[in-house]
Amino acid sequence: MADAGRLAGFERRGRTAVAIDGLRAYLLIAGMWIRSTMVYRTSFVLMAVGNFAMTALDFAAVAIIFGHTRVLGGFTLTETAFLYGSSGVALGLADLVVGNLDQLGRRVRDGTMDTLLVRPVPVYAQATADRFALRRLGRLTQAAVVLGWSMTRIDVAWTAVDVLLVPVMLVSGAAIFAAVYTIGAAFQFWANDAAEVQNSFTYGGNALTQYPPTVFAKDLVRGATFVVPLAFVNWMPALHILGRGNPLRLPGWVDFCSPLVALATCALAGFAWRTGLRSYRSTGS
Amino acid sequence: MGVRGGARLYAAVAVRGFRRYATYRVATLAGVFTNTVFGFVVAYTYTALWSVRPRLGGYDLPQAVTFVWLGQGLLMATALLGGGNESELVERIRSGDVAIDLCRPANLQLWWLATDLGRAAFHLVGRGVLPMAAASLVFRLAWPSGVAAWGCFLVSVALGVVVSFAIRYLVALTSFWLLDGAGVLLMAALLATFFSGMVLPLTVFPGWLGTLARALPWSAQLQVPADVFLGRHRGTGVLWALAFQAGWAVVLLGAGQLVQSVATRKVVVQGG
Repeated sequence: MADAGRLAGFERRGRTAVAIDGLRAYLLIAGMWIRSTMVYRTSFVLMAVGNFAMTALDFAAVAIIFGHTRVLGGFTLTETAFLYGSSGVALGLADLVVGNLDQLGRRVRDGTMDTLLVRPVPVYAQATADRFALRRLGRLTQAAVVLGWSMTRIDVAWTAVDVLLVPVMLVSGAAIFAAVYTIGAAFQFWANDAAEVQNSFTYGGNALTQYPPTVFAKDLVRGATFVVPLAFVNWMPALHILGRGNPLRLPGWVDFCSPLVALATCALAGFAWRTGLRSYRSTGS
Repeated sequence: MGVRGGARLYAAVAVRGFRRYATYRVATLAGVFTNTVFGFVVAYTYTALWSVRPRLGGYDLPQAVTFVWLGQGLLMATALLGGGNESELVERIRSGDVAIDLCRPANLQLWWLATDLGRAAFHLVGRGVLPMAAASLVFRLAWPSGVAAWGCFLVSVALGVVVSFAIRYLVALTSFWLLDGAGVLLMAALLATFFSGMVLPLTVFPGWLGTLARALPWSAQLQVPADVFLGRHRGTGVLWALAFQAGWAVVLLGAGQLVQSVATRKVVVQGG
């Protein structure tokens, strides 16, 4: 059996080799979709600008709110912009890299999921790169601009720890959102019509964490900390940088836990994905 | 085909539109869940704003919170973020299947309007009622007083759906020239979200931006129905609000007919 496997090219390889293979496949598939997008260039430009403008209008609303009041929940416009930008960059990164997972339910429904299974490429790499949408850079750029602007304006005596905490926050936040996308996708193996539920936690989580936690009911903040750990996307590290203290009066070291929470949620997402994939049954039609 | 035959045809199409969306129950529940989550998040931010600026935009706190939930409840019915049948029409134009639609003994625009009215009726009930019910358990909402007020609200929603359809139909027709309609559909959703009041009530918009936003057709999709619901118009004011919506509906449907006749002539040139 082992020989037959080797002959067919399906050797048992280490995890690293599989991961590198998956990454290479991801880049190849994504590159193919980028080329295909560029065929309709007008539409691509409109989509990228539209993605930018969509989120920019979102921020226009924040600006209008602060036109009517100097502070919201005790936070100024620049402080809120810092939260808005950090949450937006985290979601933008996750959305760009794995956002296409929300198409999974459609693939399960119409049976094209089978195509992904017969190719000698990790299914996760195929499912995430499927219909890769470069236009999503629009959203990411807009959030990055707001974040950059806010960082020049907020009243913070930047220490080395604070400066280091910003990239750690963005990467951890993106990983947490990516885990949420993945768990949502795994859920679609069973409930292939329910793709919209994950919007509650991705876009909804973004809408939540772009405002200060003081705006929301304590129970909602608790839920976003202990149940779906969206508070670790930006609230915890960002409030530390802003010198605002923890929204739930948790001990100080919790502010630095985002990478650990990101690792844990990614591990959970990996488990959910494998369980979902194993339980997949073709439509049989 | 007489007027009555035509009416019967379009009514039948609308009923099929309703049934088509009613089939997806899990998807509907998933959507209700999402609307409710967003409603909570936005309602809390409005509460924070209105607690520092009471009576902002002419609303008291319960009215402002109700505005949020009306937005979530009407989001699908008036297809503010898309999700109506326009992307399907775009795809049919791109693939050429629209030629089949043009062979039908019905006006293309009215046919799609009928399917969209059926869809909207389902989304109003399926996606509108439950989030409002969930909200009423947690927040103090401002309800219409009396049957007449409810009636005016329903008429206003219906007109809002027609205006919404008329805009989306015009947008979809651009595919006859652009072929790929995804970009323009996104831009249309963008304008609809901002200028309907979905992002913030238009009465809160500053100066000329507010005046402009309230005059544009998108305000007919959420701002006007919400104000009718909240009883902000006194006496004949309601009639003026409804007339504003009806006016835009007529203008935009008319524009749709014009563009349609130009576009379909183009199909014939291409050979279908």
